[in-house]
Amino acid sequence: MTDLSAGKSMTPGAASIPEAEPAADARAKRGFLGTSQVRDYGLLIALLLITLFFEYTTNGVLFQPLNLTNLILQNSYVVVMALGMLLVIVAGHIDLSIGSIVGFVGALAALLMVRVGLDPLSATIICLAVGAAIGGLQGAFVAYLGIPSFIVTLAGMLVFRGLTLALLQGASIGPFPEVFQLLAKGFLTNFAGPWTSVLIGAVLVLILFGMNWQRRAAQVRHGSQPDSLAAFVARNGITTIVILAFAYQMSAYRGLPNVLIVMFVLVMLYRFITTRTTIGRRIYALGGNIKAARLSGIKTERLTFLTFANMGALAGLAGMIFAARLNTATPKAGVGFELDVIAACFIGGASAAGGIGKVSGVVIGAFIIGVMNNGMSILGIGIDYQQVIKGIVLLAAVCLDVYNKKNRA
Amino acid sequence: MQPVLEMRGITKTFPGVKALSDVNLTVRPAEIHALVGENGAGKSTLMKVLSGVYPHGTYEGEIHYEGRLSQFRDISDSERVGIVIIHQELALVPFLSIAENIFLGNEPARFGIIDQDRMFTRAVELLKTVGLDEYPDTLVTHLGVGKQQLVEIAKALSKKVKLLILDEPTASLSEKDSDALLRLLVSFREQGIASILISHKLNEIAKVADRITVLRDGTTVETLDCRDGSIDEDRIIRGMVGREMANRYPPRAPRIGDVMLEVRDWTVHHAVHADRPVVRTVNLTVNKGEIVGIAGLMGSGRTELAMSLFGRSYGQGISGQVRIEGRNVDVSSIGKAIAAGIAYVTEDRKQLGLVLDETITKNTTLANLPGVSTAAVIDEDKERRVASDYRTKMRIRSFGVAQQTVNLSGGNQQKVVLSKWLFTHPKVLILDEPTRGIDVGAKYEIYSIINELADGGRGVLMISSEMPELLGMCDRIYVMNEGRFVGEFQRSEASQEAIMRAIMRSKDLNG
Repeated sequence: MTDLSAGKSMTPGAASIPEAEPAADARAKRGFLGTSQVRDYGLLIALLLITLFFEYTTNGVLFQPLNLTNLILQNSYVVVMALGMLLVIVAGHIDLSIGSIVGFVGALAALLMVRVGLDPLSATIICLAVGAAIGGLQGAFVAYLGIPSFIVTLAGMLVFRGLTLALLQGASIGPFPEVFQLLAKGFLTNFAGPWTSVLIGAVLVLILFGMNWQRRAAQVRHGSQPDSLAAFVARNGITTIVILAFAYQMSAYRGLPNVLIVMFVLVMLYRFITTRTTIGRRIYALGGNIKAARLSGIKTERLTFLTFANMGALAGLAGMIFAARLNTATPKAGVGFELDVIAACFIGGASAAGGIGKVSGVVIGAFIIGVMNNGMSILGIGIDYQQVIKGIVLLAAVCLDVYNKKNRA
Repeated sequence: MQPVLEMRGITKTFPGVKALSDVNLTVRPAEIHALVGENGAGKSTLMKVLSGVYPHGTYEGEIHYEGRLSQFRDISDSERVGIVIIHQELALVPFLSIAENIFLGNEPARFGIIDQDRMFTRAVELLKTVGLDEYPDTLVTHLGVGKQQLVEIAKALSKKVKLLILDEPTASLSEKDSDALLRLLVSFREQGIASILISHKLNEIAKVADRITVLRDGTTVETLDCRDGSIDEDRIIRGMVGREMANRYPPRAPRIGDVMLEVRDWTVHHAVHADRPVVRTVNLTVNKGEIVGIAGLMGSGRTELAMSLFGRSYGQGISGQVRIEGRNVDVSSIGKAIAAGIAYVTEDRKQLGLVLDETITKNTTLANLPGVSTAAVIDEDKERRVASDYRTKMRIRSFGVAQQTVNLSGGNQQKVVLSKWLFTHPKVLILDEPTRGIDVGAKYEIYSIINELADGGRGVLMISSEMPELLGMCDRIYVMNEGRFVGEFQRSEASQEAIMRAIMRSKDLNG
């Protein structure tokens, strides 16, 4: 690029247009919040309101340490799968088969550990690999043969539900070895006494604050649009309070569940992959405009294949968590999970057209679904109206999104 | 003589922007009235006000149509009285037939049941009128852009059009199809139909327009009467940009070096019909520092040639050799072509060039993410620096590099696409219609950039349907027709006539 010395050799000529400096206007217009953050806050506020609503209507049961722990355990597999589903949706596809994969891998795990007597570690590795292989197989049909993902995974949904039944021969298999159960039921050893959870929470708060501060400093350095300082302090202050309060409540029961740690690590990992790595960037480009991505040298087929393989592996992991939690593999395991997971992604702001969606969004979306499931169960709302309400919330969230987008354009 | 249309004092404001300010437009019966102005001058907005897309009440001013004050609430209101607008992006349904498209929303039907006979007879008549030699039950998807345009016009005629508005009708047409379309407008004039023609192609306007209204920055600058032949392109441009354009092509003293790109016996077959060659044993060379043009009609195989060279992104059954700086290179995939130093700037930047919802930054680095990453982790600081550098060098006008490319003007979008390819550090740039849909001022800037790229020692291969552009920019021009190179001209010997002669002669030989 050395030859494109700006200005000097670029003779403006008679047709030059006065150099506009619109950046200054943009800076003057910056308000309390940076533009990109508005939606994230909206979601977070929605989650907060829903949570407070159920906390109030359940007379405080929602936040009780035992229930809070349950909420995490019940929700973990939705969050885990939503991470994979986000990538699939961002790439412009959908995966309906994950509920069946959950059932199938759970059954396989039971068969390997309970019937064959394989050790839990080997069984886990095999199960993850099988999950990835199932996802990859479906991904191959989508990516290399160009079959619409809706159809491929609808077929997969039937096939693997059927295979689950065949594997279990209609019965449940259990119980699992105790080590395996720890995956879903275990808690982190309280190495620093009863305050371990709070301690970990505090360390986390410091790390998060440091990261956010660094990011904001970078934004200021590049002249892009960060939040105002007040918003920054408010946001981090609220995060700090939420994390510490949460950690405190958790410490009052048995501390931090293992699943929470797994979930947290995965969330951070996928956040990193989606925002900072070349593969993440390419998936967004692929979903945003597949033709332009291909002409930019991106191997779109392989990337599509990989997002499905990844989804399969995560569904496999979720299947094992679910089986470990129930301590038995049942033929019905995972039925309808794909709906909660897909709903979480769309509530969290992913676009059905592809190219748009954030990890933070789908995690919040998953928790909105989770809190609603949990809160409505405590209130004794029947499964009938629970579905009605969840459906309406999903539709409302997406309507709001579309409305916002129209207003901005 | 009473005018067909009189728009008086039209003012249209969007939140924060005054798009039109006191605009006047008068169209007389049976005239071709051209509406010109740079992108963003307000042409499309004015036509949306006229056709009712922006309903009465959302703008100030008056519209008098056929002597009556008209207050259109929506498009069907304006269509009912014979105002039909044909947009730049065609509004046809690809998997319906020509006849079904012509009568879409207006089917000859009784109690909701379509009268097939009448529909087809009427369609045949209409197709004859517009000179389209196709069966009415052919699916629109099987037609080229030029023929689709004619279907749109037939559709307008079916609505008993009195005032036909064409928004950039020839933007994606070959010279031959454009001429046919313009002749059609002239024949409509003879039948008493008035038309408003929006176009960037000033030579066409000078050819057919009776009067020209020039818009600039949302205001009417002037209305020129060109029936006495006193108005030439330079005069129109002066009105559009508000000053004299001394030279439409930036000056350049070429410094041509050794051979950069050499293609031998390149043959490509159609992407769907494997037995149909679209590029036939083409040989070409591009030297360092040289701008080489490829002229030819639409469908002559130019884009197919370019895309097949770029990692076989088009076609099948491809054979031939590619050498860069004397060495054979492997261009069997897009990744390999990029690695070999080839960049292809597409003719369709919105569909094929940009991820429109993404920022300038992310589009700039998309083809060379490893260039801003270590071990597959993107260095965001470095990425932003790269994008900002290109934004400055290319003079991309935006609110910084975090702006989505969808909001940029055509010229600025094209600069982002160019940035993306420059960041792959190419040796050879293939530019396919680099100034399509870009206004006059921005074209000059793109030309300047192209010149600099060549002066930096790269080889530039440029495809364009606008012959003056090739003649103004290129050191050497190949002429392509029906998949073959049928002529080669040095700058000094090239002219529009010579190029057309080469095409016609090859047709005679083949025919």
